[in-house]
Amino acid sequence: MATNASPVLEVRGLSVEYLTPRGAARAVDGVSFSIGPGEVLGLAGESGSGKSTAAHAILRLLKAPAVIRAGEVLFKGHDTLVMSEEELSSFRWKEASIVFQSAMNVLNPVMRVGDQIGDAMLCRGVSKRAARSRAEELFDLVGIERSRLAAYPHQLSGGMRQRTVIAMALALEPSLIVMDEPTTALDVVVQKDILGQIAALRASLGFSMLFITHDLSLLAEIAGRIAVMYAGRIVELSPSRELFASPLHPYTKGLMGSFPSLSGERKLLYGIPGSPPDLVDPPPGCPFHPRCPEAMPRCRDSAPALEEVRPVAVSAPARLCACYLCSGGAR
Amino acid sequence: MKYVLRQLGLYLLAAWVSVTLNFVLPRTMPGDPVTALVGKMRGRLDPQAIEALKATFGFTKGPLIQQYWQYLSHVMRGDFGLSLSAYPVKVTTIISTALGWTLLLGLVVIVLSFVIGTALGVLVGWKRGGLLDSILPGFLSFVGSFPYFFLAMLALFGLGFELKWFPMAHAYSDALSPSMSWAFVGSVLYHLVLPAGTVILVSVGGWLIGMRSTMVGVLAEDYVTMAEAKGLSERRVMYRYAARNAILPNMTQFGMSIGFVFGGQILTEIVFSYPGLGFYLVRAVNAHDYPLMQALFLMITLAILVANFIMDLLYVRLDPRVRAS
Repeated sequence: MATNASPVLEVRGLSVEYLTPRGAARAVDGVSFSIGPGEVLGLAGESGSGKSTAAHAILRLLKAPAVIRAGEVLFKGHDTLVMSEEELSSFRWKEASIVFQSAMNVLNPVMRVGDQIGDAMLCRGVSKRAARSRAEELFDLVGIERSRLAAYPHQLSGGMRQRTVIAMALALEPSLIVMDEPTTALDVVVQKDILGQIAALRASLGFSMLFITHDLSLLAEIAGRIAVMYAGRIVELSPSRELFASPLHPYTKGLMGSFPSLSGERKLLYGIPGSPPDLVDPPPGCPFHPRCPEAMPRCRDSAPALEEVRPVAVSAPARLCACYLCSGGAR
Repeated sequence: MKYVLRQLGLYLLAAWVSVTLNFVLPRTMPGDPVTALVGKMRGRLDPQAIEALKATFGFTKGPLIQQYWQYLSHVMRGDFGLSLSAYPVKVTTIISTALGWTLLLGLVVIVLSFVIGTALGVLVGWKRGGLLDSILPGFLSFVGSFPYFFLAMLALFGLGFELKWFPMAHAYSDALSPSMSWAFVGSVLYHLVLPAGTVILVSVGGWLIGMRSTMVGVLAEDYVTMAEAKGLSERRVMYRYAARNAILPNMTQFGMSIGFVFGGQILTEIVFSYPGLGFYLVRAVNAHDYPLMQALFLMITLAILVANFIMDLLYVRLDPRVRAS
C-alpha cells in the first residue's frame, strides 16, 4: 500500500461477531488494512461501527460473547490470531500496546501508578530497580513529576491519568501502539495537549500507531492515512490530505459535514440522518444505503466492494472506496 | 486521619445511643426484674433485701435522670449486677466464660467460611461457565437454603449419636480440666468440629456467591483488560487486579459478621449445647434474667460497633480512595 517497507501490521479479512440472543451481530466484517513502520493510520467511524472491536481483536483482547470468525492479523509476519498463550504474553505490550478510551477505568484503583507501570516490566524479568528508573524516565517523557509515581489513580487529574496510561504504553518501546479514542473523555484543552504530546512522542520514538476516533477532525493533524468504517466495514481508505480535500464515500462526506470546521468558511452542519444499521439483521446490499443521500436502486441489491479508485494523476497516491459512485465511473 | 477521627466520633455517638436505649427499654416494660426475682424466690426475701436488690439493679425510687447516672456509672465500671437465673453469680463472670467459647466458635466459623468462600468465589468467577462454576454455587446455595437447625440436628444425630464420630455436647471433654495441654486443646478442637463445620457448610455459599458476582463485575472493568494487554501472568491479573478489587465489598460484609459473632450463634449453641453467649442469652430470656439479658444486649451492640469501626480502619488501608476524602 502506501509504504514500501514491509508493514508492521497487516490485517486481512478480519471478521468478528458478537453472539447475542437474537443472533450473531457482525461487528467487524472483512476488514483489511496495513500499517507501515512509523506510520499513523486513523480509523474513524460512528460509535458502534466496529472500530474498537477491530482494535481489540488485533491484540486478542476480545472476550465472550465476541468471536473472531475469519481473517489474519499479521504482526511482522506472525499471525496473532493463532498465537499460544505464551507467545501472546511475549507479544503483548512488548510488540504492541494499547491506550484505552477512558483512563479513569483503565488504572487499577488500588495500586500505585508507578507499580502499574512497573509490573509490565517486572513480569519480563526486569529488575525492580531498573523498572523503577524506567518508570521515572517515562514520567519525565510525558511530563509528570516523578514523585507522582507513588500516587493512586484517584489522586491524579484526568489528563495526568491519560498521560500515565501513555507512559505505560511506551514502557517496553513497542513498535505499534493502538490508541483507542485516547482523548474522548478529556476536555478540549487537555485533549489538544495530549494529542500534541502523542504526535511529538511518535516523531521522536518512531512507533507506528493505529489511532481510533469518532472525531474525524482529530485525525487531520496526526494520521497519514485514514480508514473510515461503517457497520463493520471499511468504506473508504485514503491519505488524509486527499480525504479531507475530496471525500469519496457518501458516508465520509456525511461524517465531515457533522463537524464544524475551525478555519474556513461557515457552513451549515448537517449530520447524517437516521442511525447505524442493526448488525444482527443488516439491510440488504450496501449497509449505508438507507441513510445515503445518493443511494441508487442497485445499492439495495448488492454491496460494493472496497476497490482502488483510479487516481486522477499517475503520481497521486492510491485511494480505496466501497461505493458504486466511485467504481461505477460516476466520478 | 481526619476521616478516622470523624468515624470515631460517629461510633462514640452510636455507642452512647445504644447504652441509653438499653437503659430506657427495660423501664418501659411492665414489671421490673426485682419483682420477677422476688416472685422466683417466693417470699423468701425480706423487704430490706428487696430494696438492696433494687439498688443493685438501679431501680431506685429516685428521679429518672438520677437512675440514669447511676446506670451509666455502673456500666462504666463494668458492673452489671448479679444474675437472677444463676443467683448470686455475677453477670460478668457468666459472660466472661461464655464469651471465650463464643469467640472461639464464632471466629473459627467466620474466618474459615470467609477464606474458603472468597477463595472459591475468585476461582469460580475467573473461570465463569467452567465445570467448577456450574457445580459449586448451585450446590452450596442448596445446602445454604436448608433450615440450619435441621441440618445441625441431622449432623448431631447422624455423626454424633448414630456413628459416634463426634461428641454431642459441650466445648471439651468433662474428663479434662482446662489447661494448656495438647490433650485439652485437642479435645476443644474435636468438640468444635460439628458446631463449626455445620455453620461453615451453610455459610460458605453466601461468601462464594458474593465474591463471584463482584468478581464477574470487576472482570468487565477496563483495568483488567489492560492488565491482560500488558501481558501479565494470569495469576497476577486474577489476584492483583481482579480479586483485589472484588474483595472490597466482601470485606465490609466480613466486618459486619465479626460483630455478630458476639451475639453468639444461638441455634448452634443450643443444638450442640455449646456453652457460649447465645446459649446463655436464651437461658436469660426464658428465666426473665434481666441483668444478664441487659448485659448481653449491651455487649452485642457495642461489639458490633467496635467491629465496624475496626473494619472502617481496615478499609482505609485497603481502598486508597477512602483515604482521600
